[in-house]
Amino acid sequence: MNLFMIFKVAMRAIWRNKTRSALTMLGIIFGISAVIVVLAIGKGASANMVAEISKMGDNVVMIFSEQRHAAAGVHGGAGEGQSLTASDGLAIRRELAHLVKAESPEVRTQMQVVFQDKNWNTSIYGCSTEFPTIRNWKISEGDFFSEQEEKQCARICVLGQTVANNIFPNQDPVGQTIRIGNMPFKVKGLMETKGVGGMGQDQDDAVLAPYTTVRRVLQASTFPDNVRQLKLSLYSMDQIEEAKEEIGALLRQRHRLGETADDDFRIIDMAEISSTLSGVSNTMTVLLAAVAAISLLVGGIGIMNIMLVSVTERIREIGLRMAIGATPVNILAQFILESIMLSTVGGVIGIVLGIAGARSLGDVLGWPILIETASTVIAFLFSAFVGMFFGFYPAWRASRLNPIDCLRYE
Amino acid sequence: MKPVENAHLIEIRDLRKIYALGEEPVAALDGVSLSIDAGEFVAIMGASGSGKSTLLNILGCLDTPTSGSYLLDGIEVARRSRAELARIRNQKLGFVFQNFNLLARTSAIENVELPDFYLGRLGHSARRKRAKELLERVGLGGRGTHTPAQLSGGQQQRVAIARALMNEPPVLFADEPTGNLDTKSSVEIMNLFTELSGEGITIVMVTHEDDIAAYAKRHLLMRDGHLIKDDKAGRIGQM
Repeated sequence: MNLFMIFKVAMRAIWRNKTRSALTMLGIIFGISAVIVVLAIGKGASANMVAEISKMGDNVVMIFSEQRHAAAGVHGGAGEGQSLTASDGLAIRRELAHLVKAESPEVRTQMQVVFQDKNWNTSIYGCSTEFPTIRNWKISEGDFFSEQEEKQCARICVLGQTVANNIFPNQDPVGQTIRIGNMPFKVKGLMETKGVGGMGQDQDDAVLAPYTTVRRVLQASTFPDNVRQLKLSLYSMDQIEEAKEEIGALLRQRHRLGETADDDFRIIDMAEISSTLSGVSNTMTVLLAAVAAISLLVGGIGIMNIMLVSVTERIREIGLRMAIGATPVNILAQFILESIMLSTVGGVIGIVLGIAGARSLGDVLGWPILIETASTVIAFLFSAFVGMFFGFYPAWRASRLNPIDCLRYE
Repeated sequence: MKPVENAHLIEIRDLRKIYALGEEPVAALDGVSLSIDAGEFVAIMGASGSGKSTLLNILGCLDTPTSGSYLLDGIEVARRSRAELARIRNQKLGFVFQNFNLLARTSAIENVELPDFYLGRLGHSARRKRAKELLERVGLGGRGTHTPAQLSGGQQQRVAIARALMNEPPVLFADEPTGNLDTKSSVEIMNLFTELSGEGITIVMVTHEDDIAAYAKRHLLMRDGHLIKDDKAGRIGQM
């Protein structure tokens, strides 16, 4: 008996009980479509996250100052140490010019920004002229501040779109003078819209000013050269290990650290951040997929139940087939194939529904959706496996039946 | 040792079938010996519980004896696996049942084709051609597409006979073939059996009706697991 014949017999058996077959498939349909939707959302979210993180900048490496572990005394948190200076940044830029495309310190302070009767509380970022290159952030109106202005601690700033919209609702901000804290600053330019960042923050809610001005004027620091963080942009991410090593060596030398001393800084690249974040989203995906798998398990048990009923119902047919020459293996194959067909037809319907559902969820809720061919193929194979696994026991029972008992069954 | 003699199509020796029901084992067959030659038309008779159905089941390779020997066409079949017995049934035996046992919602022609699905001897078109010929042979040439529900009892039984002949088996087993039929249909079916017997097909039939048994040439009478009468003259009486 060839496979096509068994296939035909199984198809006919399913078709004869259309309603029952459809209800049996329902469990698999929901299970598979849930798997497809969950994977589409999960994969979409992590792909989106990676894209958002890369939006934060171009081959970015961050260096934080870190307090050296003193035996006693108060320890600050990350970036609270006093070891890193803007001069360190300039030295890296100068000596590792073959690796580093752009360099900027980053200092930040939260302050009130005032123009006439409007005011707004926002983050003031102190940075260098190369900051827009690192962040991949272009100026949309006016100009960014110059190196000259940076050296002179000029009271010059550039506004993010959110800040501009809030304190200049009806007016071009370029050329106006605003107050940051109680210091007057001239608005030299306006950055283009950057959107929501990888951590969900509004990246446009910011004012950019020379770090020299922020440190000396706004923060009135006694050690104006000290900075919380340095941001670098590399020519290529392939050189990340080499760059980390050379930056580390240079900083250790500049900070006069002995051979046994710990680093008083920490170098972090975007790849690390993105792998941590996608790890979180992968965990969520695995959890949700486990829930979907349980619903598939329930669907599989439904198939097993119906197949057991089907074997009892068709016991005379089984007896007859055996009497005219069906071997136990023939009967086993027939019922397993029937069960596999139930589950794979359900699986295909589930895949179609799942893809449609994921797409419409994406449209309605604006979620990022990514449907991978691999997850579709895996879902299909899984549905076939469910059919085989849960169909085996009923089919095995059918194949063990005694033809005489079957033929006499009333 | 003497070589096994192959003269008989069916040869059973000292066949026993013991059922362990409760504490007392019951012997459905208690040492039956019998031989049937090719071309014979045999009726097995007896009251219910006499062991005639058990004998037919064992002869039909649907059941295995507890002890004894059964040579079918010179081959020992008493102790074979389920799969081997299935293949023997498929190739050497045809079955006709009291309640026809056709596949429901399946056309007559596909019912007739069924034994070759498991044998795979013929290709698709050759199988269909042979099934059509067999339906014509049993007088149902134009009914190939009818399902069992669209056929009368007599017609269904004729489809079943055509199915039994599909793989050209040397022996046909019939278990009360007219038990569910009216007199007219019964006569038609028995005439068909007589024709087939005339063509050289061996027929072994179980029945409890004397007028049906009268079509057979040889009568076996069973009682309490024993073969008590073997009448080769074809006479019925004092049973």
